[in-house]
Amino acid sequence: MIVDPYVLNVNGVDRRVVDGHIDESLLWVLRERLGLPGSKNACEEGECGSCTVRLDDEIVCSCLVLAAAAVDRRIATIESLSVDGDLSDVQQAFLEAGAVQCGFCTPGLLVAIDRLLEDDPDPEELTVREAISGNLCRCTGYAKIIEAVGKASSVSQTSIKSNHG
Amino acid sequence: MTIATTLEEACAAMADTPEAALLAGGTDLMVEVNHGHRSLTDVVTLDRIPELDGWERHGDSLRLRAGLTYAAMADFDLAQLVPGLAQAARTVGSPQIRNTGTLGGNLATASPAGDTIPVLAALDAIVELRSEHNRREVPIADFITGVKRNDLRPGELIEAVRVPVADGPQEFLKVDTRNAMVISVVSLAMVVDRANRQVKVGLGAAAPVPRRAVDAERFLGDLIDWDGDSLPESETVNQFGKLVMAAASPIDDHRGSASYRQHAIGVLARRALLRCFGEVSR
Repeated sequence: MIVDPYVLNVNGVDRRVVDGHIDESLLWVLRERLGLPGSKNACEEGECGSCTVRLDDEIVCSCLVLAAAAVDRRIATIESLSVDGDLSDVQQAFLEAGAVQCGFCTPGLLVAIDRLLEDDPDPEELTVREAISGNLCRCTGYAKIIEAVGKASSVSQTSIKSNHG
Repeated sequence: MTIATTLEEACAAMADTPEAALLAGGTDLMVEVNHGHRSLTDVVTLDRIPELDGWERHGDSLRLRAGLTYAAMADFDLAQLVPGLAQAARTVGSPQIRNTGTLGGNLATASPAGDTIPVLAALDAIVELRSEHNRREVPIADFITGVKRNDLRPGELIEAVRVPVADGPQEFLKVDTRNAMVISVVSLAMVVDRANRQVKVGLGAAAPVPRRAVDAERFLGDLIDWDGDSLPESETVNQFGKLVMAAASPIDDHRGSASYRQHAIGVLARRALLRCFGEVSR
C-alpha cells in the first residue's frame, strides 16, 4: 500500500519521501530512498544494532521504526557524525585503536557511543559495555572498541580542559 | 495512517479502520512486518499521545500509562516505588529497545516471556482498557488468556496499568544466555507486601499465561517473622523453592528444556527469597 508523500527530517534536512509503502522501515527508507547507506541492515529485528540512529536524540534501531510514522521527528544517522569530511573524535579513536575489522557493526556502534559520550564524557568500562550491549560485533571481541571509547573520551576531556584554559 | 495525538483520536481511528495495526514502540510489530509475517494496510500510531505517556501516584496506587518505555520504567523515581518493574525493564533487550518498547506493548504482545508480566502478576496489576465508547478494567490474570493472546476486543487499546506501592523489597530475576538482547528462558518476580503480610511470586516463561506460585506464597507468608527480624530457616527456603517449582509448567523449546526451566525456577525462587529477607538463619 502506497502512502501519501511525507517528509522526514534527516541530519537537519527535510527529505521528501514519495511513493513509499506503508510498511517500510526507517532503515529501508534511509538506505534505499534517501541515499544514506551508512546505517547497515543485518537482522531486521532489533538484535544487532547495525542500523542504530538517533530519533529525537535517543538511540533506536531504525529497522524497528516505521518510516512514515517518523515525520516531525529529528533523525540523525551515522552520516551526521563527520562534518565536512573531518572525522569525529570517536571515529578517529576507532581508527587509532584498530576497532574496525569488517566494519559492518561500526556505524551502529559509533552512533551509540557518540550518544553515550554526550551524557557521560568519561564513562566507566561497565557503562560502556551496557551502552553498546545492543550492538553486536562478531570480529573484534569488543576489546579494541572499549579501548577506542577510552581514547575518544580522553581526547574530549583534553579539549574540554583546554577550552576552559 | 493516523498519527494520533489524543486518545479520542486514536480510538475514533480504530473504530473507523478496524484493520489498522496499532503502533506503539514498534519493537514487536516491525519484526513481524520486516520478516513478512504481517502486512500492513493501515496504521494508528500511539507514540505521540500525551495521555499515554508518564505515570502518576494516587495514594498507594501507581498508574503507569501504557506508552511508558522500558527506559522510563527504569528511571530512578519510579524504580524507588516499584523496584521489581524497574529491574525487569532494565533486562529488556538493549538501550535501543528500551528507548522504544513500551509497557502497553509488552502486555499487548502477551508473550509468556514478556519481562514485565511476572512483575505485574505479582503486583496483581489492573489493566485499564479503552475504546471509542467504552472503558473497562481487567486484572492482569484475566487479561492474558494464552500464548500471545489477550482479552483486547476490536477497537480497544491499553490505556494504563495500575499497581500498588508495596511496603517491602521486590526482586526480578531472569535466566538467560547473556545479559542483553535475549528472550527470557525463565524469570521470577517476588513482591513483599509487609502491610498485608504477603509474599507474592510471579513466574515468567514458566506457563502459557502469567502464573502465580500461590501455594508457595501461602507457605512462606505463614512462616515469615513479620513482627521481628528473624530470618527464614534454610529448610523453609528449600521447601519454598520446591513449592515454586511445583507451580511452574514450562515447555521444552530451543531456549531450554522443561526440566532445566523447572530446576532454574527453584534456584531463582530461593535466590529471590534470600535477597528479599537476608541470609538464612542457622
